[in-house]
Amino acid sequence: MSTAAAPPPKKTNRIGLEVLSYKGSKTTLCAGCGHNAISERVVECFYELGVEPWRVAKLSGIGCSSKSPAYFLGLSHSFNGVHGRMPALATGAILANSSLLGLGVSGDGDTASIGLGQFMHMVRRNLPMIYIIEDNGVYGLTKGQFSATANVGSTLKTGAANDLPPFDCCALALKWGATFVARSFSGDKKQLQAILKTAISHRGLSVIDVVSPCVTFNDHQGSTKSYAYMKEHDLVLNELDYVPAQDDIAVEIPEGEAMDVRLHDGSHLRIRKLGRDFDPTNRLAALAAIEDAESKGEVLTGVLYVNTGKPTFLDLLNLPAEPIATLPESRVRPSRAVLEEVMEELR
Amino acid sequence: MSTLEVSPAEPLSAHAGRSVVNDFSLQVATVNGSGSQTANSVLMRAIFQMGIPVSGKNMFPSNIAGLPTWFTIRASKYGYVGRRKEIDFLVAMNPETAREDVMKLEAGAAVVYDEPLKLSQLRGDLHFYPVPFDKLVGPVCPDAKLRKLVRNMIYDGVVAWLLSIEMEEVHRALVKQFGKRKAKAAELNWGAAQAGFDYASKTLTKADPCRVERMNATAGKIIVDGNAACALGAMFAGVTVVTWYPITPSSSLVETLIGYMRRFRVEPETGKATYAIVQAEDELASIGMALGAGWAGARSMTATAGPGLSLMSEFIGLGYYAEVPAVIYDVERVGPSTGLPTRTQQGDLLMTAFLSHGDTKHPMFFPCSMEECFTMSIEAFEFAERFQTPVFILTDLDLGMNNWMSDPFPYPEKPMNRGKVLTAEDLDRLGGFARYLDVDGDGVGYRTLPGTNHTKAGYFTRGSGHNENAQYTEREDDYINNMDRLAHKFEVMRSHVPEPAEETRAGARIGIIAIGSSDYAARESCDQLQAEYGVAVSYLRLRAYPFTKHLEEFIRRHDRVYVIDQNRDAQLLMLMRMELEPDLIARLRSVRYYGGMPIDARTITDTIVKQEGK
Ligand SMILES: Cc1ncc(C[n+]2csc(CCOP(=O)(O)OP(=O)(O)O)c2C)c(N)n1
Ligand code: SF4
Ligand SMILES: [Mg+2]
Repeated sequence: MSTAAAPPPKKTNRIGLEVLSYKGSKTTLCAGCGHNAISERVVECFYELGVEPWRVAKLSGIGCSSKSPAYFLGLSHSFNGVHGRMPALATGAILANSSLLGLGVSGDGDTASIGLGQFMHMVRRNLPMIYIIEDNGVYGLTKGQFSATANVGSTLKTGAANDLPPFDCCALALKWGATFVARSFSGDKKQLQAILKTAISHRGLSVIDVVSPCVTFNDHQGSTKSYAYMKEHDLVLNELDYVPAQDDIAVEIPEGEAMDVRLHDGSHLRIRKLGRDFDPTNRLAALAAIEDAESKGEVLTGVLYVNTGKPTFLDLLNLPAEPIATLPESRVRPSRAVLEEVMEELR
Repeated sequence: MSTLEVSPAEPLSAHAGRSVVNDFSLQVATVNGSGSQTANSVLMRAIFQMGIPVSGKNMFPSNIAGLPTWFTIRASKYGYVGRRKEIDFLVAMNPETAREDVMKLEAGAAVVYDEPLKLSQLRGDLHFYPVPFDKLVGPVCPDAKLRKLVRNMIYDGVVAWLLSIEMEEVHRALVKQFGKRKAKAAELNWGAAQAGFDYASKTLTKADPCRVERMNATAGKIIVDGNAACALGAMFAGVTVVTWYPITPSSSLVETLIGYMRRFRVEPETGKATYAIVQAEDELASIGMALGAGWAGARSMTATAGPGLSLMSEFIGLGYYAEVPAVIYDVERVGPSTGLPTRTQQGDLLMTAFLSHGDTKHPMFFPCSMEECFTMSIEAFEFAERFQTPVFILTDLDLGMNNWMSDPFPYPEKPMNRGKVLTAEDLDRLGGFARYLDVDGDGVGYRTLPGTNHTKAGYFTRGSGHNENAQYTEREDDYINNMDRLAHKFEVMRSHVPEPAEETRAGARIGIIAIGSSDYAARESCDQLQAEYGVAVSYLRLRAYPFTKHLEEFIRRHDRVYVIDQNRDAQLLMLMRMELEPDLIARLRSVRYYGGMPIDARTITDTIVKQEGK
């Protein structure tokens, strides 16, 4: 036996990787920006669940938020696209290789203005991937103009007030077919972790709207997307407990206390209602709850909707299990006889 | 005075006994949505089956039903299948346009017309054949609802008798057209064609000179449109992700592809599709999906026309800088918004060459025939992956939507080459890679595909601000390095794009340069210039951009070179001017046509003759 003191064993996850393997390059976003906290949660969740980083494709549009994929999962492929059009890139990539775990990051400007059309169509297709909206109510990267998620009456630093009604990205996602819809707050570590982990395990489109304050342009008094506003108005809908597939879940849950959702990869999400009665499998109820909270100036966070049974776009397209992008020539180039058959038809 | 007053016997006697065999244009004027397409295709096919070179062009409005449509069949024993302006034989079925259609004809032409239109009163220098279509259709089509459709088939029979088209061939074409499943419809239509034939043989007296005679110039050939040929090319290129947004004249490319892929790319053992076709929400999305798929390693494509291409512009630039393969078909047509969306043009050349902002330039392939639509599609998919960049295939409405004869397509003999893609094993061996490093000196770096099972596989893809390791940078030296490598890559493409086709004539001092669908008119014009004016003309057909060295060599060998453009601003010529020396530019002359119809030989010949001072 060696007498030299062995270095303390490095902490690794299920697949033997250290947390370092899940980090990206150093952030260039403002200190205190909500987006940075979200990046940290991504690192933790992917590390803790032992997701192979090379199985992940990060996709983003343009904005401070869309830059953030550079700051996590540095071992993964990433595509920083054009403004508002991450959904199209993601759709193409996932069709080409359905075994990829798509992780899309967008902003409220990227999603709710220039990219609204693509966002809605991706929702409609239930493309299996994670879609995070880092929602700060402004265009951070272009220095603080209102976005379409800004609330009526919310003010800019200049004092100018927004007078147009906001798009609620969760409500849009609920209405048109996303199968996991949640809202969180970049400052709520535990809730965001549970939601992210659920999204990783869910098969279908997960839309996660994360209120993520912009400390530079929208964190002042009068803003409805500031840390201070969220501290006061975050209305937490439910308590979430994510149970990984490999953990023993034999523990019985007392009837009526929590709802147990079995996710695609065998993990579970336990949703414990807080205060009011709310069923996260009821789409209409979720829409009503959002409306209700908004009318009271509250921001409803938690799991709004989950549906594990709906076919995804990949199912509808009848794709094989393996990536079509790299099928061998013998499976993608029809035979000489086929060409001859077609030529005969055209004679 | 007006030709109306001339009595028929006099001018027509001049044509007596003259016979024009296998060399005429026949035009059918109908109303959009009246179901004349079948009758026209059958007519064209019957002539084709008699071994005579033939082409069919549909001139249709941007409308679903009720507006005038013209279908022109050109039969040419010389094999000229481009548009000919002059119509020798008119079938006037549309009351709205009949008068104008008749007035436009040259003396001596023939007119089959619906009797109540009383067209024979219009002119005395034409051969008129009145046919009471409504009276004839009743007995052969008891179901009144179908009469509108079946009625058209009557003119097939009339024309067959007048032009000596064999009725067995009409029948064969009909059966082919309807297929086995619609045997009843075929029978009904056959009845109508026979009724037309019988009426003509009993009632009409053949007076015009046009007729067909069996030849042997089409044996083994196929009839197909360019969109279908491109679709087949894409399928045999192994395309796996197809994205699109409907737009005339490119829609039928993908629609045809959908049909073929369902038949031949669903695996019988599993019932699974080896492809994904997505009708996107718009062209902003369709190009994004194509690029996302290309990035992830798929052979991906989209098909569009000018307006869609305009929308794709920003993404195409990203594809250029991020170096992502994709094939983009642009079936060119006229203008934005309402305009002439169903007319042809080569108007997207300049836009496509430099599509997007910043320094961008793109390879373009210019197929001119059905066979090239097929083979160049396969080449384009190879090229896109070889050079990791969006590649454009420019066709136009004339090629894409009209019917053309062709030799059967050759099966691709070369195995697929997926370009410089590193696998996990490669990465083990190499210990890593730099995505944008020019290892081989051709400007093309090595890439990995997302999902490659290796810790060294991942890289960050973004726009212009990256260094050789795909890291973000705004340094000027990194930016310039990258730009210079991209420029070098483009130069390397010059010796890899499809080379031009050249026809040199002995002693020729002047030359013609054309691309794509201008080829037919260009070649016919070369013959006209030789035969009618004794001028020898050489011909260079460019097949791709960036231009190869052949362009410069060709111009150097000629005193004057006529560049043919189907657009107002001489876009092809402008593209050449950007890279040629002034002494060569000085030799260039422009021949332009931009009326929305396919360019015809006479227009080219007349323009050249005028400029040559002949
Ligand atoms: C086509 C296009 N238009 C405009 C811009 C400029 N632009 C860059 S980021 C941005 C808004 C980003 O806002 P958001 O998505 O909310 O991201 P944030 O910076 O707030 O995280 C805009 C308008 C662009 N990059 N591209
Ligand atoms: S400007 Fe706002 S959104 Fe952008 S990095 Fe700074 S705090 Fe974050
Ligand atoms: Mg924002």
